[in-house]
Amino acid sequence: MRALLWLLTAVTVFILFFIIFYVLKKGLPVVSLEFLTRNPAEMGKAGGIFSTIVGTMALTLLAILIATPLGVGSAIFLTEYTQESWVTRVIRFGSECLAGIPSIIFGLFGFILFVTKLGFGWSLLSGGLTLAFMILPTIIRTSEEAIRSVPYAYREVSFSLGSTRWQTVTRVVLPSALPGIATGVILSIGRSIGETAAVIFTSGSSLHIPTSLFSSSRTMSVHFYILAREGISMDNAYGTAAVLIIAILSINVLAYSLMNRFIRRYS
Amino acid sequence: MIEAAVRAKQFSHFFGPVRTLKDISLEIRRNEIFGIIGPAGSGKSTFLRALNRLNDLVPGSRTEGILEVHGKDIYARGTSVIELRRRLGMVFATPIPLPRSVFENVAFGARMAGVKGRGILNELVADSLRKTALWEEVMDRLDASALKLSGGQQQRLCLARILALKPEFIMLDEPTSGLDPISTMKIEETLRQLKSEFTIILVTNNTKQAARVADRTAFFLSGELVEVDRTEKVFSAPSDPRTNDYISGKFG
Amino acid sequence: MIALSAVSILLVITVYIFSEGTPIMFKYGLKKFLFSLDWFPLEKSFGLLPMIIGSLFVTGGALVIGIPLGLACAVVLTEFSSKRLRSFLKPVVELLAGIPSVVYGFMGVVILIPFIRDRLGGPGFSVLAASVILGIMILPTIISISIDSLEAVPRSYREGSIALGATRWQTTRMVMFPAAKSGIIASVILGMGRAIGETMAVIMIAGNAAMIPHSLLDPVRTLTSNIALELGYAAGEHRQALFATGVILFVIIMILNTIANLASRKSKP
Repeated sequence: MRALLWLLTAVTVFILFFIIFYVLKKGLPVVSLEFLTRNPAEMGKAGGIFSTIVGTMALTLLAILIATPLGVGSAIFLTEYTQESWVTRVIRFGSECLAGIPSIIFGLFGFILFVTKLGFGWSLLSGGLTLAFMILPTIIRTSEEAIRSVPYAYREVSFSLGSTRWQTVTRVVLPSALPGIATGVILSIGRSIGETAAVIFTSGSSLHIPTSLFSSSRTMSVHFYILAREGISMDNAYGTAAVLIIAILSINVLAYSLMNRFIRRYS
Repeated sequence: MIEAAVRAKQFSHFFGPVRTLKDISLEIRRNEIFGIIGPAGSGKSTFLRALNRLNDLVPGSRTEGILEVHGKDIYARGTSVIELRRRLGMVFATPIPLPRSVFENVAFGARMAGVKGRGILNELVADSLRKTALWEEVMDRLDASALKLSGGQQQRLCLARILALKPEFIMLDEPTSGLDPISTMKIEETLRQLKSEFTIILVTNNTKQAARVADRTAFFLSGELVEVDRTEKVFSAPSDPRTNDYISGKFG
Repeated sequence: MIALSAVSILLVITVYIFSEGTPIMFKYGLKKFLFSLDWFPLEKSFGLLPMIIGSLFVTGGALVIGIPLGLACAVVLTEFSSKRLRSFLKPVVELLAGIPSVVYGFMGVVILIPFIRDRLGGPGFSVLAASVILGIMILPTIISISIDSLEAVPRSYREGSIALGATRWQTTRMVMFPAAKSGIIASVILGMGRAIGETMAVIMIAGNAAMIPHSLLDPVRTLTSNIALELGYAAGEHRQALFATGVILFVIIMILNTIANLASRKSKP
C-alpha cells in the first residue's frame, strides 16, 4: 500500500514540476532584454511583450489601489468597531460567497456593468474595477486574520493610556498587523497577474501601451492566451508564459517570506 | 477633613447579569499607598478597572452607585474617559511592552495626548525612567526593542510609561506576581518613593507585600468589601473573622 | 461605512446578474432552458442541458483524478516522509497553485491532446482531456489544505494507534483520515469550486461542442466556456441568454457547495 501511495505522489510531484520546467525550458530562450522591452509586432508574431507588461502592471496596480483600502477598511470595521451581530455575519457571508464566484462571472458582470452600462468601454478602468472586486474577499479575509492575531493586551494597554479607538487602531493594531495584511495584498497581486477570464472581457486586448484609464490594454496572460489559441506564435507564447510564471512565483515567494516573518514575530 | 482622592458610595458593577462588585463603599486618601487584597475572583481587579473605566471595553458592563475621583462622579454623563485614563495610570499583572523601542514605549501615551517635539519628549522619557530607577540601565539603549528587557525591567518600563502622562494616580494590578524577589523589591521601593507625588492603589494577591508597602489595606471577598483600615491593624487585629482567615492562609 | 459599501457591492453584483439573466429564462420557459438539448442562440434556441452536463462531467472527472492523487500526496508528505522533505515540498506545491490557468490549458493542448488523439482516438479535445487538466489544476489546493488538516491532528492519535500495533497505513486510514475529515472535505470543496468555475483552460482543451458527450473522448462544452466563447459577439437576447447561463452556473455552484457542506457536517462526530 505504501508503495502505491509513493507512486501516486511521485506522479503528482512529477507532473507539477514538469509543467513548470517544460514552460521554462521552452520559454526562457525566447526571453531576452529585447523581448521584454519591445512592443508586439505583427499581432504578436514578432517583437516583444512590453505593452502587455505595462498593461499587466497598470491593471494590477489599479485593482490593488481600489481593493486595499476597501478591504482593510472593512476588516477594521468588522473586527474593531462592531460586535458579532447579524450585520457582521451578513458581511462575512457575502464576502465568502464572493470568493467562490468563478472569474468568468466577474468578467460577465464587469462587461455588462462597466464596459457597457457605465460606458467605460474596454479599458483599464473596467478591468481594474472588476479585478478589484475579485480580490476584495481575499484581502478582507487575510486582513481580518492579521488584525485578530494582534494580542488583545496591546489594545488594552493602549486604551489604558488614554488613546481613542482610532488611535489604537492606527498606532497599535495596524502596525502590528501590517505583515499579515501585506501578505494578503501580495498574494492578490499574484492572482491578478494570472487572471484571464475576467480581464479579457473588461480591459480588452489592444496591443498598444495604455495611455489613460480609458485605454484598452492587454495583459500578459491574455496575450499568452491569444497567441496560443490563435496559433500565432508558439515561441512567443512560451516566452510570455515563462515571464508570467517567473513573475508569479517570485511574488508568491515574497509573500511567503513576509508571512514567515509575521509568524516568527509572534511566537 | 482630608479630602478623599477616591470615594466609592454603594458602588456596584455588573457584567451582564453577573454582579462582580457589591455595594462597595470606601475612601482612598491622597498620597497614600492603598492596598487591596483578596482571593482570586474577589473583584479587586474589577474595582481597579472600574476606576479607569477599562471595563467599558467589555460589552455588557454596567454600574450602579457612585464612584468619585476628586469629588466628581466618573460615571456621570459627559465624563471624558480618555482624560480619566490618563489621570489614572494602570500597570498590569503581566508586563506588556508594546513591540517598539524603549523610548517609543515610554513616549507612547504622551504622543497620543498630543505632546510633540523631540526635546520635550526626550526630557519626559528621561524623567519618567529616572523615577522608576530604570534610567541607569537603559539610557544607552533607548532605541533597542523593549521586548529585550528582563521581566522586572519591562514592568518598570510600564510604570515609566504611565508616569510620562503625569497622572494623579498609579494603579497596579498584581504587578510583581511574575517577577523575581529582587525585581519585586525594586518596584516596592519605587512605589514608596513615588508616594509623595502620587496616590497609589495596589492590588496584590501577596498579603505580605501589602503588609510591607501599603498604608491602608482593604480586603475584598466575592465582590464585597469586607474590611478596610490601617494596614497594621488589618494584619494584627482584623475586625472581621474572614479577614483573619484569609491572612492566616486558611483559604485563598 | 466602507464595509457597508463592500457588502453593497456584493449585493449589487448578485442582484444584477440575476436581474439580467432571469427574464429571458422565463420568457422561453425555464424547463426549456434547463433541459433542452439545442443551443442555437442565433435561432433563439437556448437549451443549456448539454453544457450543464458538460460542467458536471468535467468537474466530476477532475475530482476523480484530483482526489486520489492529492490525498495520496498529502498522506505521503505528512505521514511517511521526513520533516525536511515536507517543509521543502509543501511551499513548492502551494506556489504551483499560482500558475495561471491558461498555462495549464496550454500544456494540455501541446502535450495531452495529441497523446489522446493518437493513442486513444477521437479528436483529442475531450472530456478526458479537460478532466485530467482540471484535476491537475486542483491538486495544489487539495494537497496543501489536506496536509494542514492532517498535521493538525494531535500526535497522540497517531502514536496511540501505532502503540496498539496498527501499521502506518492502517493508522492513516482508520485514525488520521477520520480525524482530519472536515479539513480534507473542505479542500475537496474548494477544489471542486475551482474546477467548475474554470474557463480558459477548459476552452482550450475541451472541444466546445454543444452536445451531450457520450464517451470520455467526446468533445464537450461547459457552462463557463459557453459564456466566454460567445460573450464577445453576443447581442440582445443572445447576451441575456449568456447571463442566464451565468445564473444557472451560480445556482449549481451554490447547490454543490451546500451539499458538500451538509455532507461534511453530517460526518462530524
